[in-house]
Amino acid sequence: MEELLNILKDLHPDVDFEKEERLVDDKILDSFDIISVISEIAEQFDVVISAEYILPEYFNSAKALYALIERLEDED
Amino acid sequence: MLFTSYQFLEFLLLLFLLYYLLPAGWQWKILLGASFLFYFYAGPVYCVYIAVTIVTTWFTGRRIEAVRAKRDNWLQEHKETISKEEKKSYKAAVKHKTWILTLCCLLLNLGILAVVKYTNFVISNLNGLLEAMGSGKSLDFLNMIVPLGISFYTFQSMGYIIDVYRGTVEAEKNPFRFALFVSFFPQLIQGPISRFGDLKKSLFAAHPFDGRTVCLGLQRILWGFFKKLVIADRILTGVNTLIHNPEIYDGAWVLVGMLFYALELYADFTGGIDITIGIAQTLGIQVTENFNRPYFSKNIKEYWNRWHITMGSWFTDYIFYPISVCKPMLKLSKFSRNHFGEIIGKRVPVYLSSFVVWFATGIWHGASWNFIVWGLGNWLVIMVSQEFDPLYKRFHDRFPVRGKFGFRLFQVVRTVLLMSCLRLFDCYRDVPLTFRMFGSMFRRGNWNIFLNGELLGIGLSAADFLVLLAGLVLLVTVSLLQRKGSVRERIAGLPFWGRFALWYGLFLAVLLLGAYGVGYDSSQFIYNQF
Repeated sequence: MEELLNILKDLHPDVDFEKEERLVDDKILDSFDIISVISEIAEQFDVVISAEYILPEYFNSAKALYALIERLEDED
Repeated sequence: MLFTSYQFLEFLLLLFLLYYLLPAGWQWKILLGASFLFYFYAGPVYCVYIAVTIVTTWFTGRRIEAVRAKRDNWLQEHKETISKEEKKSYKAAVKHKTWILTLCCLLLNLGILAVVKYTNFVISNLNGLLEAMGSGKSLDFLNMIVPLGISFYTFQSMGYIIDVYRGTVEAEKNPFRFALFVSFFPQLIQGPISRFGDLKKSLFAAHPFDGRTVCLGLQRILWGFFKKLVIADRILTGVNTLIHNPEIYDGAWVLVGMLFYALELYADFTGGIDITIGIAQTLGIQVTENFNRPYFSKNIKEYWNRWHITMGSWFTDYIFYPISVCKPMLKLSKFSRNHFGEIIGKRVPVYLSSFVVWFATGIWHGASWNFIVWGLGNWLVIMVSQEFDPLYKRFHDRFPVRGKFGFRLFQVVRTVLLMSCLRLFDCYRDVPLTFRMFGSMFRRGNWNIFLNGELLGIGLSAADFLVLLAGLVLLVTVSLLQRKGSVRERIAGLPFWGRFALWYGLFLAVLLLGAYGVGYDSSQFIYNQF
């Protein structure tokens, strides 16, 4: 989780990603940010998040995104 | 049958009576009949094209679900006997099969769109190439029929099939209900590009007559007519004079033309969408909003999140994301990080994918280099602005002007001017002429046209200017009021005389100030041609 929080904080240092739960709904993360995050996740976690998972429910909070990474790691 | 024609109003009235007088269970069937009648009236041959899209997309959706149902049964039957690896590889094989089905549907339908819309563009480029090579030969142009609204209904259908493939919506079982989703007449010719998951609930539901909803819908239609007939169609004469005579109207006229066109396009397109959403609302159907006061955006990136929202989100979800996160792109990103450093590697997916999206957005708007350059111009501005982000941050740390009225105003004016400059490609006949006309603004020095009365010589009288000014003031006022929620809802809370004065006043304005007159033929909506 720490690794993911670092990726997110690199993009928006001023956001409290541990608490924020409306990252997409409140437009804190835009489409460019999402792609950067996915690219970093692929690099650091070796997990590919395909386009069908780019939904607010997975990107609205760091917790939900981390749960998705764990799920995709399990599927691999 | 134009939205602004008397025939269309008669068509709507008849539909409205049948819709609410016949049993509620018939409503979606009546809408389907009306939609095909509307489309048949536009051109009987068009119905063949849309029918092909409906049948192939519906069938593919059903096939995908059938393949998945078979997979689930097989997995259920063999759950005790297969290993985790076997299960994984079986699932991957089924996913591949559904992908092939989806791909066939996409290729067929996007292929039809490409052939009818872009064949002559390709021929024209080939002829240019042959001429440059001095071959002396040229290919004949084909007499292609471009079905009305094909870009809109194809994108809507392709969005549906991708959603079914991704499993985010269930495939529609009833082909006729699916046919209504694709052909729903208010949004058939200029959008919004709806998603099946958003529209299906209200599109197929029974809607008992609700006076308040119908009234709100009628008010929205009236507001749309005001924008289209009083503003867009009135300023059209001036815009046409300026952009069709570039040899006369250069220099400061280009600035006038681009600002007039910005107003015309806004009033025309948002007016059309107001009529669309208003008609749907009178029928109890909720259609996605397509605009959110775009000219009040701080920058172009934000503007594109607020203008033609459904098209932007379509390109983001179905082109930008899949390209950005596909395995080859991630590999390319990794390669770039290793060879060119972190800074470039990080940017590769975003830059390349958005280039493709903006190229596609450009060519979607029209088969010409003007639109392609326009799309890529947007891409360039957004990317440059993205790169300047650290600089902007430093500026704001040093000068705390963020949120101040003057700075907000500057940002809004900058957005309007930037968008208007880019739209010059939409106005002039080719790319070199557009650049020449843009350059002439800085060279010609004929700024006295704003004072010497020449503005009255472009087909617009002093009365026209007054009407346009009043219309503009009203548009801006309503946009400002919309920041605090629905203006119609607030008007509904006024005493009777207040409501009556406002709506009757708007009705009279449309009736008396709309651009009619002897022999007047209301102009097509600009976005119909896309």
